[in-house]
Amino acid sequence: MSLQRGCSRSLSPRTTAVSTSVFEDFKACISEEASCQTISEINLKKQKMIRAVLVMNTQGRPRITKFYEFWPVEKQHEAIRNVFSVLCSRAEHVSNFVDAESIFGPDSRLVYKHFATLYFVLIFDSSENELAMLDLIQVFVETLDKCFRNVCELDIVFNYSKIHAILDEIIFGGQVLETSSTEVMKAVEEITKLEAASNAINLVSKSVSNWRSR
Amino acid sequence: MAGSSIMENLFQRTLEDLIKGMRLQLIGESAFISKAVEEIRREIKSTDPHTKSTALHKLCYLSAIHGLDISWAAFHAVELMSSSRFSHKSVGYHAAALSFHDATPVLLLTTNQLRKDLSSPNPFEASLALQTLSRIATVDLARDLTPEVFSLLSSGRVFVRKKAIAVVLRVFDKYPDAVRVCFKRLVENLESSDPQIVSAVVGVFCELASRDPRSYLPLAPEFYRVLVDCKNNWVLIKVLKIFAKLAPLEPRLAKRIVEPICEIMRATGAKSVMFECVRTVLTSLGDHDSGVKLAVSKVKELLVDEDPNLRYLGLQALSVASEKHLWAVLENKESVIKSLSDEDSNIRVESLRLVMAMVSESNVTEISGVLVNYALKSDPEFCNEILGSVLTTCSRNVYEIVVDFDWYVSLLGEMARIPNCQESEEIERQLIDIGMRVKDARLQLVRVARDLLIDPALLGNACLHRILCAAAWVAGEYIDFAGNLFELIDALLQPRTNLLPPSIRAVYIHSALKVLVFCLDCYLMQNEDGNLVVGQSDPFIGKRCSVAPESATCQSSNLEQHEDLTSNPRNTTESPEDLSVFENNADTAVTQGPAITHEYMLGLLDRIELVLGPLTANQDVEVLDRASNILAFVRLVKAELIDNASQKANRADKKDTQVSAIITLMRDAFVTDLGPVSVSAQGRVAVPDGLDLKENLDDLSAICGDIELPSSSSFGIGGPQFGISSDATSTGLLKNEESGLVNESTSLLEHRKRHGLYYLPSEKNEISQYDYPPANDPRSNSNSDEAAELAKLTEQSLVLKKKPNQTKPRPVVVKLDDGDVVPLPISNKRPEPRDDSLSGAIKDILLGSTIKPSSSQSNPSDKSSSKRKEKKKQVAADIPSQIKENLGDAEGLGLENPGSSSKDHDYVKERRQRGKEKIVEGEGHDQKARKKKSSHRHGKHKTRQKANSPLNVVSQTPEIPDFLL
Repeated sequence: MSLQRGCSRSLSPRTTAVSTSVFEDFKACISEEASCQTISEINLKKQKMIRAVLVMNTQGRPRITKFYEFWPVEKQHEAIRNVFSVLCSRAEHVSNFVDAESIFGPDSRLVYKHFATLYFVLIFDSSENELAMLDLIQVFVETLDKCFRNVCELDIVFNYSKIHAILDEIIFGGQVLETSSTEVMKAVEEITKLEAASNAINLVSKSVSNWRSR
Repeated sequence: MAGSSIMENLFQRTLEDLIKGMRLQLIGESAFISKAVEEIRREIKSTDPHTKSTALHKLCYLSAIHGLDISWAAFHAVELMSSSRFSHKSVGYHAAALSFHDATPVLLLTTNQLRKDLSSPNPFEASLALQTLSRIATVDLARDLTPEVFSLLSSGRVFVRKKAIAVVLRVFDKYPDAVRVCFKRLVENLESSDPQIVSAVVGVFCELASRDPRSYLPLAPEFYRVLVDCKNNWVLIKVLKIFAKLAPLEPRLAKRIVEPICEIMRATGAKSVMFECVRTVLTSLGDHDSGVKLAVSKVKELLVDEDPNLRYLGLQALSVASEKHLWAVLENKESVIKSLSDEDSNIRVESLRLVMAMVSESNVTEISGVLVNYALKSDPEFCNEILGSVLTTCSRNVYEIVVDFDWYVSLLGEMARIPNCQESEEIERQLIDIGMRVKDARLQLVRVARDLLIDPALLGNACLHRILCAAAWVAGEYIDFAGNLFELIDALLQPRTNLLPPSIRAVYIHSALKVLVFCLDCYLMQNEDGNLVVGQSDPFIGKRCSVAPESATCQSSNLEQHEDLTSNPRNTTESPEDLSVFENNADTAVTQGPAITHEYMLGLLDRIELVLGPLTANQDVEVLDRASNILAFVRLVKAELIDNASQKANRADKKDTQVSAIITLMRDAFVTDLGPVSVSAQGRVAVPDGLDLKENLDDLSAICGDIELPSSSSFGIGGPQFGISSDATSTGLLKNEESGLVNESTSLLEHRKRHGLYYLPSEKNEISQYDYPPANDPRSNSNSDEAAELAKLTEQSLVLKKKPNQTKPRPVVVKLDDGDVVPLPISNKRPEPRDDSLSGAIKDILLGSTIKPSSSQSNPSDKSSSKRKEKKKQVAADIPSQIKENLGDAEGLGLENPGSSSKDHDYVKERRQRGKEKIVEGEGHDQKARKKKSSHRHGKHKTRQKANSPLNVVSQTPEIPDFLL
């Protein structure tokens, strides 16, 4: 333990020094690493366990989009359109896998599940198991169901932040972190409470905010 | 100010209002959005954080759902991140995660806020910061925040700790030196009792190991423990994935893990885990028969499952297995074939792939036949999928698996007639390719071509035009195999050819010319004397009737007669030059078309004139040019023919007339065989003087440096598939070259040499590649490569000798020695498993090659600073010393190497005693021996370091430690 503390101590002076230095100096310091970085960055872009979560309705309107790597928004929407055009052409009761390499590049797989009016889609790479991803969609939907009691498309439309909170608890930076819907619910409730509390003390006129939220 | 903010608050539309408004809007979505954005732009500038956060929240929504670019609001996101209120903060972080990327300038401003929140006592704030960091971390951020992430790695709150573990992946990736700080704690978390933590760590290692598995071999014991102990399916899947990467690197490890994996495969109730086991065994443990057998039996279960997902994955697993264990596919043949008619296109495609994997020389006929019939019944998309894979499989490696080319050529013809066929280009290519490569298939080829050409309905189908083009070319080029010349010429000139595109029409016209020349030739010949054949010195006669003189000279020999059987049936029954025989011996020519009469010939010429006349005004230059040429030729010949007819009485003089000379000349022009061309042919053409190919293109190559093109495709006009070779050596090699029968047939050899009967003319000097099949090249045989010829002739004689014993020998397929196949551009260049900074750093940590001395350690005089360390001096200065701890602990597994020498004995003890304490330094071991022999994992001891100070493992491949043995 003492060693660890020693380490953080020994690190902190440098980092403060660094953060006060000029940006250019910064760059000079790490120029060497920077050359490697570009390569590993490319690697990273190619390898993210889960690359995106998409929920869209049967008309092709996106309801939830979450990309775990940076995609310019236009490309995101192009990809969503392409995914939809593939999904809507598939019959019922066929397998839930789609060849996604044409849309998302090499080593990308896509599973989807169709619930009522919504398609839930996960795009991932070879470091995930296809069946496990199907289960994950199930976990997500179950959690939504618990959260909204018989979730329907409208719940998803109107609860943007809550849904993202749920999703963020399950998938973190492309990795599956939580697969128990109870745990997710617990965390999300905490977050909601915290947000409500911070909003409550927020306004000068509490009454206004209360009145507004009615 | 306060008043205005209340007013703003009161009248600001919330996200919910926005969504409702959006659903009710009447002005069109984009108009509504642009109005909303205008409003947001105003609101976001507000000094009131609540107004600002609501505005940004709306913006995030619009970005995520409606694809709005919100990069302009980046600064506002940073502002809100620093708000003290959680709800505002979370909106700020959310916006940052949504829109920031490495080049976002305001990223630099976030460092301090992130640091503050990472060390916040509120776990949810820390979680927010981690969440965003996992998405936006840059080199700078990763480096500056490493200490905070490091301390969170041992946070008491699982909620935060698991996220800190997950974020490490991004941090390592951006800033590999963070490994030196965080790696040990990361590994420690592997031993955590909390399943969530273990799951997160294993996930991180799975991803790390997929990039550079070798670096993580030393951790195998830890993973093994997880594999054996863990009951969580998610974790198991990840561990299996790690082992799938590690096992191929270390056979001893593979041996160890087979049994536990099989155990899991048997015991688990989760299909996902079972499938992962199957996949791991089939991809990485293919040498372990027991495992493979079990896996295949599991696959069998999957294949008959009701769930299409499982069937699909089962087929996928089979195709993984097919490379090494074809028997697994054969065993499941029925299920695979059944899946061909599955309603799910995924399953169909996958099973098709497997069926093609089963194809071999012996069953290609049946399988292809079944598939093509099946293609007729299936939907267009899958139909083409089938045709495509049949074509690729059969043509693989220059038709390696095709024995019966007559069958294959007929199959190509059948395929061409399948409606919806989109593979016409490939069929076209193969028809021409087979014509050039397989002499024995030409008869059938011409028959198939005739059937295609003669059907006027096919001309209406634009998809078939490419195939018809090939058919026309084949018919013209190998006209001497044709049965009925007149119907062929009719077919080539039928009025519906105006439906063809000009380039293909040009091929038709050109083929018509070839047929016409042949007709005229036959006509003249039939009018000549009967003894024409033997005394003939014309090269084309020599070629076509080459066998006849032999049989004449060797009548007595039975053997020779056998030889003749190989080619004679064709010559005596179909080949029109036997019209001369017809003259002498009327009853052998029963199968021949109608005898060519003078009137008929004139009629034919008239018809050609009539049909092609209008084409001299055609807009397309190819059509126009060819039509004009053939017309000029027809007129020339016609005049002569009429002249001759008037003085018909003197038949003996005919040979000397002008027309005969012309025809002979034309005939000669078309007589040379065309051969396949090597893909590297272009490379052998000397660059002419004064042509500087490199000039001015230097910068171009810098621009498209990463686009690798095969050299030949850079010049090919009509694709690199066929053409004329420019090099003698490239034309030389024939298949099945081995032959011991040279001596027996030397006289034959000589004879043939003299008469120029070769499968390939040895030297052709023109690169003639068109988008229609090339016309013939009159120049040939000028300088031939002796060796290549010999090889060819030997081969030929071999075939002839063998003939009586074999019912149907595989015909000779001309193969070029240097690349028949266009080399595929290396498309998915996997990054070399290079020793990049991340793996380097990890190796350092795990293998202990560079241990940083530090003041807190008792051994500050470590001299082993490697090059690498010097490079990163700045970084190294901060590296805490305790990282150099021993990480690998095989002991917990009870898997000590039984074979390890007694020298290792106290060493083992030392590992036992290790526990959680730091390694005792300065133990007296035979360091060198140990280092070589047992493990790098233990190489972190100071003393050892000292002993091998110049060690620099980073640059070498590490030895494989003896773990698990």
